[in-house]
Amino acid sequence: MRSLARTLENRLLRDIVLVCLAVGVIGLSYGAVAVTSGFAWWFPALTGVLVLAASSEFLFVGIIAAGGSPIAALLAGLLVNARHLPFGLAVHDVLGRGRRGVLGTHLMNDETVVFALAQDEPERKRAAYWLCGLGILICWPVGAALGALLGSAVRDTDALGLDAMFPAVILALILPALQDRPLRRTALAAAALALTVTPFLPAGLPVLLALAALPLFTLRTRKKATP
Amino acid sequence: MSDTAVSDAVPLPPTLAAMLALAAGTFLLRLAGPALRARYTLPERAEKLLEVSAVLLLAALATTSALTEDQAFTGPARPLGVLAGGVLAWRRAPFLAVVLAAAGTTALLRLAGVP
Repeated sequence: MRSLARTLENRLLRDIVLVCLAVGVIGLSYGAVAVTSGFAWWFPALTGVLVLAASSEFLFVGIIAAGGSPIAALLAGLLVNARHLPFGLAVHDVLGRGRRGVLGTHLMNDETVVFALAQDEPERKRAAYWLCGLGILICWPVGAALGALLGSAVRDTDALGLDAMFPAVILALILPALQDRPLRRTALAAAALALTVTPFLPAGLPVLLALAALPLFTLRTRKKATP
Repeated sequence: MSDTAVSDAVPLPPTLAAMLALAAGTFLLRLAGPALRARYTLPERAEKLLEVSAVLLLAALATTSALTEDQAFTGPARPLGVLAGGVLAWRRAPFLAVVLAAAGTTALLRLAGVP
């Protein structure tokens, strides 16, 4: 952990700590929502450790709480998490091997992937990924457990605006990558596409469908590449 | 959420089993990418496209989670909060300011009666 931290400079280190804390606060709202939906206090904490993928857990708990079947909740959760497959293709070189690789793979999530992608050198990529991943592995379940215990106190999480935190975190993290103009335009198209199909498709699918915008990027960059 | 929930009834064994299956399935999804990469080497161009794909997924995720809930518009409070955070991030404000501005703006708007 120490040697990981030494590889990164202060600003990046601070950003990682803050992202982990933000994830902890989102975990607080997750735990509170789960408990007020009728789950035992340990359930959100356990899913936090074992599933370790926020949006799928919110969805899973929400579907069960609304009276949906466990199978429906399972399928919806898997659909939302399908984006980890392309994530894994993109960050395969930071995960490690053997037993360490199992943990490295489990730590893969939206935040760790962005931090890894934002670094240039392999060593920094690895350090940022692992530090953020381990931080989230602690903060997310602990936040969920605390939220569950304080369930009644933070019952109305909407009033605190906590639901605006997750999209803001992701947005802030990808902004530097979006300074690249072809990428920015492609990302806007991807977002617009996902938004357009959201009313008609089950959760998770619109985000995957955003990949259909990828040819836009290849067209734009190829035009520039040819003399 | 539901007021009629029975706290000792959830999680029932099927719910617990579904959650464990979700954990296992999610791990396999995470494993699939690196496992594929171990078998095939990709040209540099394809590497770049995979990175771009990850950013596209995240952009779509941020947008849909900012604007929609249960397949419908959330109401303006949440997206305006995210926008406030986004503007601060764009102006290179510290990360904590971004997160607090997002939650704070949304909370204040809701306090003022904006859904």
